[in-house]
Amino acid sequence: MTDTTTTRHIPDRLNSRAVRIFKSWEALLLAVAIAIFVVNSFASPYFLNAWNLSDATFNFTEKAMIAFAMALLIISGEIDLSVASIIALASTAMGLAMQHGAGTPELVLIGLTVGLLCGAFNGVFVTFFGLPSIVVTIGTMSLFRGISYIILGDGSFSGYPSSFSWFGQGYIYWVFTVEMLLFVIIAVIYAVLLHKTNFGRAVYAIGNNPTGALFSGIRVQRVKFILFLLTGLMSGVAAVCLTSRLGSTRPSIASGMELEVVTMVVLGGVNILGGSGTIPGVVIAAFVMGLVTFGLGLLNVPGIVMSIFIGLLLIGVIALPRLWAMAAARRNA
Amino acid sequence: MMRFIPVREAILGSAILILIILVASRFAGFVAPSNLANVFNDTAPLIILALGQMVVILTRCIDLSVAANLALTGMAVAMINVAMPGLPIPVIIAIAVLMGGIMGAINGVLVWKLSIPPIVVTLGTMTIFRGIIFLISDGKWVNSHEMSAAFTGFPRAVLLGLPVLSWIAIITVITFGIMMARTQFGRSIFAVGGNPHAAVYTGINVGKTQFWAFVVSGALAGLTGYLWVARYAVAYVDIAGGFELEVVAACVIGGISIAGGIGSVGGAVLGAIFLGVVKNALPVVNISPFWQLAISGSAILIAVAFNARSGRTKGRIILKSAEATQ
Repeated sequence: MTDTTTTRHIPDRLNSRAVRIFKSWEALLLAVAIAIFVVNSFASPYFLNAWNLSDATFNFTEKAMIAFAMALLIISGEIDLSVASIIALASTAMGLAMQHGAGTPELVLIGLTVGLLCGAFNGVFVTFFGLPSIVVTIGTMSLFRGISYIILGDGSFSGYPSSFSWFGQGYIYWVFTVEMLLFVIIAVIYAVLLHKTNFGRAVYAIGNNPTGALFSGIRVQRVKFILFLLTGLMSGVAAVCLTSRLGSTRPSIASGMELEVVTMVVLGGVNILGGSGTIPGVVIAAFVMGLVTFGLGLLNVPGIVMSIFIGLLLIGVIALPRLWAMAAARRNA
Repeated sequence: MMRFIPVREAILGSAILILIILVASRFAGFVAPSNLANVFNDTAPLIILALGQMVVILTRCIDLSVAANLALTGMAVAMINVAMPGLPIPVIIAIAVLMGGIMGAINGVLVWKLSIPPIVVTLGTMTIFRGIIFLISDGKWVNSHEMSAAFTGFPRAVLLGLPVLSWIAIITVITFGIMMARTQFGRSIFAVGGNPHAAVYTGINVGKTQFWAFVVSGALAGLTGYLWVARYAVAYVDIAGGFELEVVAACVIGGISIAGGIGSVGGAVLGAIFLGVVKNALPVVNISPFWQLAISGSAILIAVAFNARSGRTKGRIILKSAEATQ
């Protein structure tokens, strides 16, 4: 409805690679991240401290792990709003296993398996029954967390084995945490998967034109199913980290996290309607969100007020480029 | 006869009846008229919100900010009441509807003028509205003893055997029944959801219709905000937390297609009543209320799977048949 009458200027040559990188969303985001970093280090004397900064990474590492898988899912034109509930269910399952005497390896295995199963559950409904992912995952969002509530009620699990705390509280070297290492490994895996493999190209193709992708021989439903599995698995990984870090499980664990994950993905330049986006963008977005929440935290801003910033950020990052484009179109007309 | 009782509503209606009979077989008091009236009164906020959500979903949008809108309006009118106890109830209601409508308009403008996907807009405004409640209330509660008697009494006042809250729900249902079937706005909502391109060619402004759908949903959320706070006689940051999902669930269970264009007032109402009956029946049959979340989640999944199966058009799938002949 918008592009019916506008004339398009076709450039006689494309911008050079350097100009394109410089003008990209990722470059803008990186500038924002650096600006926030500088502002924060002036605003609070406690900001530029290796240990404080290390603690601050917990703000985003777990969410970012899910965000990478979610980025692929959103690029393919689907969405998963049940990720936070998957964390709750996986964490509850781990708690239950712990009460029956499971050791650390079993706990991790159970967490990942439950995540994978939840992802498969979503995937079956979306790909096999052909239902819209937003309704399915709104449904499973209630269902998964609901099961946690049935098991736990208003109680909680605690007393995880001390070796289990390594994932969320351990350090690899100096201030570098285990979660940071996982974050880097997972980022690299997803960057390679999306940008360097056939599978990644298929994800883009599906997001831009599912019918076209189907006719070019891509198994659209299978790719989507795998993406739901990956998102579930990553939620399982995040559940292991979060449970290990908190040392306890309540049914309300990670509530509202799906919103922050989606915000991170959209902030990273992924088109919410599918078809475009990059993993480096999501990585920088993770840092931006981590720095914002950490900086505001140091200034004693309560968590719920921070959520106002997250909400504004989510709408703002999509609204501003559009306002910009509208203003530019008016100037050209 | 079938024309007047659509199949989907009939199935849902009988599901509710069977549910009520099952519960009654274990606890006869459940079907006493006074108890059923209680169940309806309990479900009234959900019915009102589900109708607003229905209008939004019909235009191919979704409004996840209704519960936060409700809570913010509720907190605002509660604080107004504490500051000015003499303010008459109609003024309070007008403020609530206006405030809710403005919040809906904010969603609507972002969807209409900037064409941002509705789910992103309302996920964002949902957290922003909740945050604002904290800012204006400083995280404190407004308790019943601070509110005026008229403020808390209004939704509970009994009129012709039913509380005012129930009557408001009934009036909303009737208004929506007329609006969706008999007014230009109602028909354009179906047109926009059914086929936006065709709607443009018939002279309907798609974005504007979506904008008004959000305003309607917001205004109803505002109205419910006052009714909610007055009925439970307490306002705090987290009231109606997660209620937006229950509202969407009521619509989905009521057969309103998330893809837009398909749905009915009767469906939304029955969907809401279904959830209301489940919620009220659980304690009666000795099931922990913690089951409710999982039950409504399963109900969404079953309903959406069922609706997709029954609503699927018998198209010719060229690719599949080609594969089969090989």
